[in-house]
Amino acid sequence: MNATLEMVHLNYREAVRDAIREALNRDERCFLIGADVGHYGGCFAVSKGLLKEYGPERILDVPLSESTYTGIGLAAAMAGMRPIVEVMTCNFSLLALDQIMNNAATILHMSGGLFNTPVVIRMATGAGRQLGAQHAHSLEGWYAHIPGIKVLAPGTVEDARGMLWPALEDPDPVLIFEHQILYNLEGDLSVPPPVVDIEHARIDREGSDVTILTYGACLHKSLDAARILAEKGIQAEVIDLRSLRPLDNETIMRSVAKTHRALIVDEGWRTGGISAEISARIMENVFYELDAPVERLCSAEVPMPYSRHMEQAALPQPEGIVALVERMVF
Amino acid sequence: MSAKSVAVKEDTAANREHLHDLLYKMILIRQFEDKCAELYQAQKIRGFMHLYNGEEAVAVGTMSVLRPDDAILATYREHGHALARGVDTGRLMAEMYGKLEGCCRGRGGSMHIFDAKTNFYGGNAIVAGHLPLAVGFALAFKKQGKNSISVCFFGDGAVPEGEFHESMNLAALLQVPVLFLCENNLYCMGSAIKYTNSNTNLWEKGAAYNVPAERVDGMDVLAVEAAVGKAVEHIRSGKGPYFLEVMTFRFRPHSMFDAELYRTKAEVEDWKKRDPIPAFVSYLKERSLITADDLVNIEHKAAAEVQKAVDFAEAGTWEPVEELTRFVYSERRQS
Repeated sequence: MNATLEMVHLNYREAVRDAIREALNRDERCFLIGADVGHYGGCFAVSKGLLKEYGPERILDVPLSESTYTGIGLAAAMAGMRPIVEVMTCNFSLLALDQIMNNAATILHMSGGLFNTPVVIRMATGAGRQLGAQHAHSLEGWYAHIPGIKVLAPGTVEDARGMLWPALEDPDPVLIFEHQILYNLEGDLSVPPPVVDIEHARIDREGSDVTILTYGACLHKSLDAARILAEKGIQAEVIDLRSLRPLDNETIMRSVAKTHRALIVDEGWRTGGISAEISARIMENVFYELDAPVERLCSAEVPMPYSRHMEQAALPQPEGIVALVERMVF
Repeated sequence: MSAKSVAVKEDTAANREHLHDLLYKMILIRQFEDKCAELYQAQKIRGFMHLYNGEEAVAVGTMSVLRPDDAILATYREHGHALARGVDTGRLMAEMYGKLEGCCRGRGGSMHIFDAKTNFYGGNAIVAGHLPLAVGFALAFKKQGKNSISVCFFGDGAVPEGEFHESMNLAALLQVPVLFLCENNLYCMGSAIKYTNSNTNLWEKGAAYNVPAERVDGMDVLAVEAAVGKAVEHIRSGKGPYFLEVMTFRFRPHSMFDAELYRTKAEVEDWKKRDPIPAFVSYLKERSLITADDLVNIEHKAAAEVQKAVDFAEAGTWEPVEELTRFVYSERRQS
């Protein structure tokens, strides 16, 4: 690395905040809209201080009306603005599902290409903080089912900082899922921050024996597992999917064709989840490259329990990843 | 003040022309809808189709006071709104046919009419799902310093939906330029209003959100025009949203699959006595504002326009199936 390059140390939360700042500074059409984004500073303190810095025209507090403020953002985007809608968590996004699925994802198509909907919708996702079943869903894979929208899952400080601007530049609706356990994740970024794309998966760790396909908080669990596996002489390649729709088929298939084994680690549920989709695609594309069946490690199929030991048991863990990989490589 | 906003005050040529235009548009909608019903029977038009017969005065009276830069959002019963707004009749009919020459290339159909030239944003088939969008357009106009407004048509069936209440509250909180126009035709599909609203005086709900509101006779095109004119003046002057409950009635079934078991023929016949088209014709005749020849000419002009639209749709082509996956994502990057 260039020794003269200036670096900054920050956490994921600050990275998202800086990304919002950059957007507000670069494009006067941009504004942040959501419940408690202003006076409260965001339910995860992402937008803390921004109301004072940018004023109520750019940091727009709205009541708990998820469907309507999401629709407002969507239509404002159609009318030439560049709103960032913050829905506190994906659990509440279900109240806005009508706007996301019936409007954002369909208007371009229904209108025969007349009107695009360049809205960005951010929300927290995932479990791990003992919040019980109604605050712990992982719905990003579920949203990835819908043609017409794009689904991003930043798993690193770099992506937390970098994905927002290209999402705003995208002509179509983009959903960004920020894992709530990652807000305190720390990292170093160059100044100015690295430019990232929102189309490609990234090989986070190279390996030759097995490909672990993952994203979000499970990326870090997979990297932990890969370190343990390395001590045992197994080299895992860890791929951060980054975008769940579209999926980067090419990077996935190239890696699996190299390692001949694939494990998908996903905090979503197993049945009908994104892990099932990825598994099917591997079968369709590189079946004859496989030396073992594709495996999946997902959350247990239960509503997320409150007590810590039960919640942790329901989530994918590094030990589980290690055990599965050891079985796959014999 | 334009000739339009003074309505029938003076018997000038411009005023006459305006009144005749209102009548022409109502008759055009009526004839277009009757033709659609015929074409549906002939299976030229498929899917769900909801006709606007009886409610013509609402769309026509409203559109006549709006500006081209205003955004229109309508329901799935929106052929009349599209025609009153000036969406090309031929392209509208071609859309019914599902033809490439349709205003949405046949991707939308009867329930999803969009048109860029007239700022017509649907054709929205999730009841109340477009109210938030209307608030969003209005917010954008306010932020952009434009004097445009958004106008949202919805039925009495949308009022019990959460998005109605959220949208009224947010529009008032944000003080954005939006007209909420409820076309109360007394039936939400097959449910009479007494079964769907605890308070059937829908306009009174405006007070709960500090949105000025009133009830209007939707069978009288001039009453609609006057009420919308007043509401739009309020909105455009920066005073925030306005809510109109426009009382009307649909003469035809809810859709083409409706046996109308939930209302009596007598009720429908009673309302037909208040048909907005003959009522307006009588009004004009009584004041010598129209001649028998004028009326014949208007009817012929509408019939010719509808026939031209049918011919255009018939001559249309089918979009190549190879294009199926287009318009899921945009084909060009934006600036």
